[in-house]
Amino acid sequence: MKIEILGGGCKTCQDLYKNTEEAVKELGLSDVEMGKITDMQKIVSMGVLMTPGIAVDGKVVASGRLFTKKEIMDVLKK
Amino acid sequence: MPSILSVFTKLADYLVFDLLKFTPESHWGGSLHFFVEDITKIYALLVVMIYVIGFLRASLNVEKVRDFLQGKGKLLGYVMASGFGAVTPFCSCSSIPLFLGFTQARIPLGITMAFLITSPIINEVVVVLLASILGIKFLVTYILVGMGAGILGGFFFDFIKGERWLQDFVKNIPAAPASCGCEGSCTPTQSYQQKPSVEERHRFALSELKGIFKRVWIWVLVGVGLGALLHGVVPDDFVANYLQGDRFWSVPVAVFLGIPLYANATGIVPVAESLLAKGLPIGTTLAFMMSTVAASFPEFMMLKQVMKVKLLATFFAFLLVMFTMVGWILNLVF
Repeated sequence: MKIEILGGGCKTCQDLYKNTEEAVKELGLSDVEMGKITDMQKIVSMGVLMTPGIAVDGKVVASGRLFTKKEIMDVLKK
Repeated sequence: MPSILSVFTKLADYLVFDLLKFTPESHWGGSLHFFVEDITKIYALLVVMIYVIGFLRASLNVEKVRDFLQGKGKLLGYVMASGFGAVTPFCSCSSIPLFLGFTQARIPLGITMAFLITSPIINEVVVVLLASILGIKFLVTYILVGMGAGILGGFFFDFIKGERWLQDFVKNIPAAPASCGCEGSCTPTQSYQQKPSVEERHRFALSELKGIFKRVWIWVLVGVGLGALLHGVVPDDFVANYLQGDRFWSVPVAVFLGIPLYANATGIVPVAESLLAKGLPIGTTLAFMMSTVAASFPEFMMLKQVMKVKLLATFFAFLLVMFTMVGWILNLVF
């Protein structure tokens, strides 16, 4: 599973990356590749208008604000 | 409403004058009382406001705003965009994807600018602070100016055909339908799909409350602390004596200084209050506040990626002229 954080690199995006990492660890998910997408055009083409966002295997699953570890875990569980 | 808020005055009276034994006449007593009263009042109001707005706003997101604005005529577009901007939170790093997304949906530049101008100016935190510290009249003026600046900005940027001065890659961006259908599998985000239930709204409101409060509590503390210091320590006619609260030159200078300054709308409100109390004219104060909040150096750096320097400079000049005029008019009127 590839999880990517979409954003320009400001603190909110970095925090989201950290929260996602922790969520993955707590869920005990294996075989997860974490990545970042910072290219704005790509982010917009994926349908995200308000960064930061999270994409799993190329599909956007959440966007718009800094999600908590718990919220990310809920999203990833699905 | 004033009678409910007096509970904070009484709380401060009790804590500062009864418990800690300060006298109301002393400088420190006065400052501390101001501080305690304002801090408790503001924190309480913020909690209520952020939660309520968060609850209401749970179903709104920028993608929906874009869909709504697409295809709207210009005049209606400016007003709606400004209105949406007022109620959506602003993060300067999302100004780029937002800009690109709107352009992709073939929303006219003016409408995008209306949103971008008003969005950082109006948010629930600054509304609470203005209403409680500077009064409803000031708040209403602030909101009217914030939205007015957005709407006029919309007209302005379309009038000068500002889209000529966008970076080329933005101009050439292929149009994309509002919902998906563009390259690859772009699934609409979760929040975009379902209408949230009451429970979901509550959870969203709580997370907004925690998130925003965590970010602003310290600025409110600093701002109120600074305001308290000025309140008790700086003499009442400080501004009149040293800054010569003149109503003409102080305005453009204040605006010029304010625009690139990165100030949290939160922290600056109590400072504005003290400046006002010390004699700085209303127009100058408001002009300074708005220009500080409306734009910032980091935001300009972000926008430079989508705007050519000419457009960015025009944006700066627009804000300068706009807020200076507002400052002058308000100085004359009030």
